[in-house]
Amino acid sequence: MPIALAPETLVQASYLIASALFILALMWMSSPKTARRGVIAGEVGMVLAVVGTLLHHDVVDFDLILIAVLIGSAIGVPMAYLMPMTAIPQRTAISHAFGALAVGLIGVAEYYKLAATQAPGSFVMWALMFEILLGFLTCTASIVAFAKLQEIMPTRPIMFAGQRIVNLVIFAGALVTGGILIFTPLSSDLFPVFVGLALLFGVLLVIPIGGADMPTVIALLNSYAGLAASAMGFALDNKLLIIVGALDGTSGFILAMIMCKAMNRSFSNVLFGGFGQLAAGGASATNDRPVRSMSGEEAAPMLEMAGSVVIIPGYGMAVAQAQHRVAELYEALEAQGVDVKFAIHPVAGRMPGHMNVLLAEADVPYDKLVELEDINPDMPQTDVALVIGANDTINPAARDDPQSVIAGMPIIEADKARTVMIVKRGMSAGFAGIDNPIYFNDNTQMLFGDAKKMAEQIVKELQAQ
Amino acid sequence: MHQPSSTTDLLFVFMLAAFLGFQLIKRVSPLLHSPLMSLTNAIAAVVVVGAIMITGEAGATPLARTLGFIAVTAATINAVSGFLITDRMLKMFRRKGD
Repeated sequence: MPIALAPETLVQASYLIASALFILALMWMSSPKTARRGVIAGEVGMVLAVVGTLLHHDVVDFDLILIAVLIGSAIGVPMAYLMPMTAIPQRTAISHAFGALAVGLIGVAEYYKLAATQAPGSFVMWALMFEILLGFLTCTASIVAFAKLQEIMPTRPIMFAGQRIVNLVIFAGALVTGGILIFTPLSSDLFPVFVGLALLFGVLLVIPIGGADMPTVIALLNSYAGLAASAMGFALDNKLLIIVGALDGTSGFILAMIMCKAMNRSFSNVLFGGFGQLAAGGASATNDRPVRSMSGEEAAPMLEMAGSVVIIPGYGMAVAQAQHRVAELYEALEAQGVDVKFAIHPVAGRMPGHMNVLLAEADVPYDKLVELEDINPDMPQTDVALVIGANDTINPAARDDPQSVIAGMPIIEADKARTVMIVKRGMSAGFAGIDNPIYFNDNTQMLFGDAKKMAEQIVKELQAQ
Repeated sequence: MHQPSSTTDLLFVFMLAAFLGFQLIKRVSPLLHSPLMSLTNAIAAVVVVGAIMITGEAGATPLARTLGFIAVTAATINAVSGFLITDRMLKMFRRKGD
């Protein structure tokens, strides 16, 4: 009956092509020149996958689906266009929550549908429990990450006595109830307990993690969301979901590894270390040590006379929303014939690539954005290193002091430049909560003030001359 | 005709896709890590296909239809906003003189 089989073949064909398009989308992301093509490939793949599924002979009722798609689009389109670029980390976190919620809810529906038909210990039950666990814990973990990034919640780590034991017990509880459900699929009384434990564990997982570790956390949650989608593919016998989940899972995992490497820390240290917790107390001891400071008016001529300037942005630039002023500063200096580059530390900001997006938004050409390894050899020949809102990522203690909590973390060697100018509100410590010896160096000048106002003032001076 | 796949088939597919993922993502410039993350997030919204099956199949219980409805909505938000915002970000990356 070749005619009767056609829709099923079409479904699989659409999934096959969609998988290929998603792979191409990631391939084209390798370079800014082809990346927008990648987005189109992804969009076409998504449409194909959805249309293919609607052709599936099991799908008979379209009303609810259509309404849901319309509501989703009505929320998604304004979200994409109105979202300020500084809110990209929050948006990424909340979209992980949405994606993981969808995965978890589908898992719940599948469980109630399939539990009665599944043999104890079947592969589908394993996949389903894995899907539900990962889906729900990623959902609440992402909501907490969102709350921290949006500063609805304190960004400092939240720690309490016996935290690790509580976490361990909750996690073990989730695994045990999940295990019981796998081997006795019909013990549905336990099912809500399992879901509840997964949701609770997600919260506990992220509350002890501090704001500046969010790049790693977001990347890891990206990975979990992907693996949850893969698990759903295993449960539903859907290879498209398995492939997409595996790609997404490895992507998040690699990004998380890059972030950890850029801080010389392990996964477990990021997840359980409570890093940055003591920051409030640490820095006061040396605050009375003398520093050299200058005003924007004094800094402008020095910058103007410099042959080369490296601007080192950090999260402080994002907080002050100073990227446009900094870009104007870049343009004003270029206009005076100064060679200006930006040095980007992998963990600067609140998500991987955060600084690049902000500066690109402010029209800084991307060939001016230089990575850590490539800029460091140039630092000794640099006339001025202008640090805007970065702190730990330029702390020479990471290189020179084996006792430092950030020892071994790769830094941008700002201190090797002939002159270092640091735009900073005051003398407070950075996220790691430790002193930064660079402030007290002979070649360092502090420019105290708000990053935005300071950049504005220097631009005004440069243009006046 | 689509035959149900064996567990081993599915595991092979996963293994190959994971290796492919490592190779592809390693080549992405750090410059584009934020758009990469928002693109993978949009692509992961393909879980909408599972949600569509749950919501639209004959004999779906009210619970399944409700959960499926929420899941389709959530996944659509991700797909739509994810692709659009990725493109919005990528549009901003320009070389000098572009």
